[in-house]
Amino acid sequence: MFLEFEKISRSFGGLNALSEVSFGLEAGTIHGLIGPNGSGKTTLINVVSGITEPDSGRLLLAGRPIHRLPSYRIAALGVARTFQNIRLFSSMTCLENVIAGQHLRAGRALVPLLLRLPSARREERQSREEAMACLASAGIENRASALASSLSYGERRRLEIARAMALKPRLLLLDEPIAGMHRREIEEMENLFRSLVESGVTILLIEHNMPFVMRLCSRITVLHFGQTVTTGTPEEVARHPEVIEAYLGVEDR
Amino acid sequence: MTVEFLSQFLAVYGSLINFIGVNALLALSLYVTLSAGQLSLGNAAFAGIGGYASGILTMHLNVPYPISVLAGAFLPAVVALLIGVPVLRIRGVFLAMATLAFGEVVRIAAVNLGITGGAQGLVGIPNKTTTFIIYGTLAATTYFLKVLGGARIGWSFASIREDETAAKVMGINTTYYKTMAFVLGAFIAGMTGAIYAHLNFIITPGEFGFSAAVQLLIYNIVGGTRSVYGPVLGAFILTALPEVLRGAGVTAGPLRLGVNGVILLLVILYLPNGLSSFFGKKGKLHAQRDGE
Repeated sequence: MFLEFEKISRSFGGLNALSEVSFGLEAGTIHGLIGPNGSGKTTLINVVSGITEPDSGRLLLAGRPIHRLPSYRIAALGVARTFQNIRLFSSMTCLENVIAGQHLRAGRALVPLLLRLPSARREERQSREEAMACLASAGIENRASALASSLSYGERRRLEIARAMALKPRLLLLDEPIAGMHRREIEEMENLFRSLVESGVTILLIEHNMPFVMRLCSRITVLHFGQTVTTGTPEEVARHPEVIEAYLGVEDR
Repeated sequence: MTVEFLSQFLAVYGSLINFIGVNALLALSLYVTLSAGQLSLGNAAFAGIGGYASGILTMHLNVPYPISVLAGAFLPAVVALLIGVPVLRIRGVFLAMATLAFGEVVRIAAVNLGITGGAQGLVGIPNKTTTFIIYGTLAATTYFLKVLGGARIGWSFASIREDETAAKVMGINTTYYKTMAFVLGAFIAGMTGAIYAHLNFIITPGEFGFSAAVQLLIYNIVGGTRSVYGPVLGAFILTALPEVLRGAGVTAGPLRLGVNGVILLLVILYLPNGLSSFFGKKGKLHAQRDGE
């Protein structure tokens, strides 16, 4: 397993947001994370990215425990994410957002810049080209010099994905990446995610759009009240009685 | 004839010109910290520490001027590190609160210690600073900060200012860079304080108090912090303004302060990015954008 949750628990006050969540992600796949609102999906992604520390349990990335590491060190291991409530650098342009996202890979050392060395200029050009490539694969290269705050909702989500890609992640955590997108945009995102997975990225995807999740994910984990209901292929999950109950309720007999 | 005019101009306005340069440097010291989204109200106190330390070194130990100024820059930087490491782990206004208290501690210490000359101030510091030194330092500092903005450090500062959580998950060690922004600000403030101490023969505790700290913030708000030139412009306008008003016949003190207040209010209401928004630049990478 590339990423393995071992009995991860986290409570906020009296609320058990996650209780003993256990499942694993296979490398190079898209793993879906579904469940009703408030079932702990975002908390789980916050645990992976180091924003929330688990109360107990272990989290292993390629066999290495990461649940006590700060966010920036988890990112350095190749974990990138987007946010459900979109966190862009709103007074920067789209291109600048992605260049900022290259932090871990870019040198941008101060002294060559102060001395105006040609190597600094070369590096700057290269980082702009790479950033443009990220924008292009997210389909918003035509908005490169627009301020992030001037983008439409769908464009913001794409920019956030482009910025996450600038880190060249091994594991990408997507929290409702296609919310608010129209059908053509959704198709484009589907192609993007598939090509990312083909290039070796592992994706953990939270999404409420069921057809999208069923088409894209090779395995799905269902959370309900902070507990794992089941993990399995889309077909298995769709047939699972407890999943049907959690989503649709049960008829009184 | 022009030379004569110039020398006359300098004789009348020389001290004002020096003051503008010093205030611009102090404004830049706060700009660094603000550019990482952190509010420090301690930069006037850091300037005070730098000024007193370097004044005392020059007077009592006969330390050469450049070394004395460097010592005046490094000492407050070390102090800032000691304050910043515990405080900057936490998010929010704690730095403003801690530095506010710290500024008072420094002022009260300067009033009560023997070596600082008490309330009368440190008197008899040799006059070594020239207008050339002030503006040379200002130019070098401006260039340094301008380049810093495009370096790894500057991008990290900007990312933290825009969204600290997003900055963290993209791999930025936010505590480290926030502390660096604070320490670098203290370094520039201390250096400026040291230069200032060697300008006027005397420094007094009152010059580095709370109102001076707020004044630096006003330079940054009026000038704008989206560009390194903003704070310099803000310091220039607000320092020169009282003299211009005096020329226009406004002599009463409260009225002049009122004009400053009105300018601040107008900028906050109509120019959220300060006067530097007139430069017509947006975003961070302005210079190179024309190529696209």
